[in-house]
Amino acid sequence: MSGRRLAYLGIFLGLAMILSYVETLIPLSAVVPGMKIGLANVVTVFLLYRFRWFEAFLVSFIRVILSALLFGSLMSFLFSTAGFLVSFLAMLLLKKTGKFRTVSVSVTGGVLHNTAQILTAAAVLGSGAIIGYLPVLFLVGIVTGAVIGLLSGILIRTVPLKM
Amino acid sequence: MKLRAAVKKYKNDLLLIGGLLVIVAAAFLVLLSVKKAGRSVTVEMNGETVRTFDLSEDVTYPVVTEAGENVLVIRGGEAWIESADCRDKVCVHRGKVRNAGETIICLPHKLVVTVRAGGDE
Repeated sequence: MSGRRLAYLGIFLGLAMILSYVETLIPLSAVVPGMKIGLANVVTVFLLYRFRWFEAFLVSFIRVILSALLFGSLMSFLFSTAGFLVSFLAMLLLKKTGKFRTVSVSVTGGVLHNTAQILTAAAVLGSGAIIGYLPVLFLVGIVTGAVIGLLSGILIRTVPLKM
Repeated sequence: MKLRAAVKKYKNDLLLIGGLLVIVAAAFLVLLSVKKAGRSVTVEMNGETVRTFDLSEDVTYPVVTEAGENVLVIRGGEAWIESADCRDKVCVHRGKVRNAGETIICLPHKLVVTVRAGGDE
């Protein structure tokens, strides 16, 4: 990996961390329990399209770990990791098919992220009661995924990078 | 050719996102159709039921777990968490529940309060 490439990834990790922090200032969780926009995923989707998949994976996974350490708890780390792994894999595969635009890729990621989180929460609670939140968080995943997808779509097309 | 590929992509997008929206709508319809007033309230900790109350009771019950405390209030056929010492207070913001199947969940304390259609056995 070239030095320039590595430097870019470092900058993007920093940007993702800032976005994670900004997100803690938006109290959407009061509207729908556990709801987040997932702003930092703009970086994930951007990297997925403009860098190699493992570079996107590394930067995003490190961001998930660091923001759980800084802004979350052990439990939120568990949820974020489950959500991240499932949604990243799904977005990667969907993108590889080449049949969808960024919005769809991101929406699928958002929906699966929330679904994985709910299932993890059900396992942690040892109770299926939380499954009742699935429809709401499914819808939230579609909306936030669309927002993230449209934003990153613009950035993927316009941000100039000198490799 | 390029245009045709682009149009195809839009179609795929519409199918995928539209399909997901249909699933959500169906799920909400199912939830709405099974809605009925609850009769009892169960308190679960770590996946085990610890207490059951009748929804017609007037109760103020502090639920003490290893992780912290949530104060459950039942009054006028509704149940809610009055206060909690967890960080996010999602359970308090959840507000009042009264229909069978509705839940209040405090993840940090592994606490689940569920309204049930059946009585207090």
